[in-house]
Amino acid sequence: MAAIRDIAKVCKSKNAGPFELTIDVVFETRAQYDAVAATGVLGPELIARLYKVAPSDVLFTPYPAGLAFKATIPRAIPAGDLGDTDVYGCQQHAPLLDVDIPVNQWPTGEP
Amino acid sequence: MSHGTALCRMLSTSGILGYGFPEASLDLGMTRGVHMLGVDGGSTDPGPHYLGSGKTLNSHRAMRRDLRLMLRAARRHGVPMVIGTCGGAGGTPHLAATADIVRALAAEDGFHFRMATIEAEQDPASLKRAHADGRMARLPGGPAPDPAALDRSARVVAMMGPEPIAAALDGGAEVVLAGRSSDPAPWAAMAMRAGLPPAPAWYAGKMLECGATPAVPKGHDCLVVEVGPDGVTLEPAAPERRCTPSSVANHSLHENPSPCIHIEPGGILDTTDCRFDAISDRAVRVSGMTWNPQPYTVKLEGAELAGYRAISVCGTRDPLLIATLDDFLARVRDAVATKAAALGVEPDGYRLIIRRYGVDGVMGASEPRRDARPHEVGFVIEVVAPDQDSADAVLALARVTMLHTDFPGRLCREGNMAFPYSPSDVACGPVYRFSVFQTMTVDDPLAPFPIHFEDV
Repeated sequence: MAAIRDIAKVCKSKNAGPFELTIDVVFETRAQYDAVAATGVLGPELIARLYKVAPSDVLFTPYPAGLAFKATIPRAIPAGDLGDTDVYGCQQHAPLLDVDIPVNQWPTGEP
Repeated sequence: MSHGTALCRMLSTSGILGYGFPEASLDLGMTRGVHMLGVDGGSTDPGPHYLGSGKTLNSHRAMRRDLRLMLRAARRHGVPMVIGTCGGAGGTPHLAATADIVRALAAEDGFHFRMATIEAEQDPASLKRAHADGRMARLPGGPAPDPAALDRSARVVAMMGPEPIAAALDGGAEVVLAGRSSDPAPWAAMAMRAGLPPAPAWYAGKMLECGATPAVPKGHDCLVVEVGPDGVTLEPAAPERRCTPSSVANHSLHENPSPCIHIEPGGILDTTDCRFDAISDRAVRVSGMTWNPQPYTVKLEGAELAGYRAISVCGTRDPLLIATLDDFLARVRDAVATKAAALGVEPDGYRLIIRRYGVDGVMGASEPRRDARPHEVGFVIEVVAPDQDSADAVLALARVTMLHTDFPGRLCREGNMAFPYSPSDVACGPVYRFSVFQTMTVDDPLAPFPIHFEDV
């Protein structure tokens, strides 16, 4: 088992327009990306559970060219609307950091 | 430059006009035979305030600094300068503020040129006719198109594609200041005018819209992109930055719902089959992008007044209070409601939001850790009301109620909160919210965007 905070190269969130939030997890090598993809843990169901949205509202895109997984979800409160906590949406990634990815042998960082 | 050239080299100075960039990078980048330089001027990212209020995102001082260097570089090299989404939100006041700065700089430096300004602000009456004609469509996550929202909005802009910018350049403009525009539009316009296909032209714009962000290390700096018929080559201007296949591929993730499908006015840029090849340790060539034409739509963005805000900042270091925080804040809310009613402000006449930094200030209701009990908690007390006077009055009550409300086991009987400032209360003025976020089908990509030419 390995937490995303310990194995990802990038884990970030940002607005994709004022009404959607997009979350990216990027890995260093193709072998690492493939190992994570093979577990099936990083997917729309995980994002739906972590961010309390319906799985059908998660646009999930594996992006092998960028060694990345991308999830886009509706914002609970549009950017800058009353009660919004994060106008840029750039501090909503933390729940992913502690997600465990069940890989037995983690590939090294060498491409 | 002449039409039909098989290559077009373009420079972007930074992510947004006024963010700043190293002067040396601009000078170095311009020596690479650049055909045009530009910068994107804004986005919806900083929130609805700028569109609603008409204020610019960055200071006039910062825009002036960037524009002076850009204008000098453009005039020295005899190439066009194009600014997209002027002033942050691209409405009429934002465009006017940017144009005023350019005119003043030209006068100071003794430059004369033909300038085009392209309006993007829309008249609600014509938008309502388009609504009645069935030309509006909802965007993912956005509100359903509603003619009443068009009326309520303080300002509505449409996002232009490359066509109005290309028309301005065709009209002889050497400086083009565009209102709200698709971020890649300035560069897509220039490349397509040079006879290059839409796919690499749009891709180049997608990379240039954020300055050197596709390079590592990240920073507000200049990027040069060369567009050819089959792809683009990216190389940052500053020698200490590098584009790598992964840094460029990952830029497709930035602020997009999908890294592969990019919906733009008039079509979809599909980057699913892109190849990223390092051609040096600092330059990357990207090929394999495709452009799929679609019915021509423009995005509409509107902001409406949501009230007036007042805030106060404070914190507690009292573990007894922190242990009973939810109950304490419920008590504060009840007391504020009673006191506000005595001032003639009923509970539905204001909104009280108490942000709790250290507990759930960053994620709010979606914070998964509900049990955090830090040693101190910071608060932003916020009141939004229909007028500033009511907001100020209720905030003052909320502030003193936070300070002096009793709680079980209280030992700190002189006050619950540390306030760092006197005065403790800040009147923030009007608050806007996004009211319109949808697309509109248009027959003519130029029609919503009048172009004004002037000799500066």
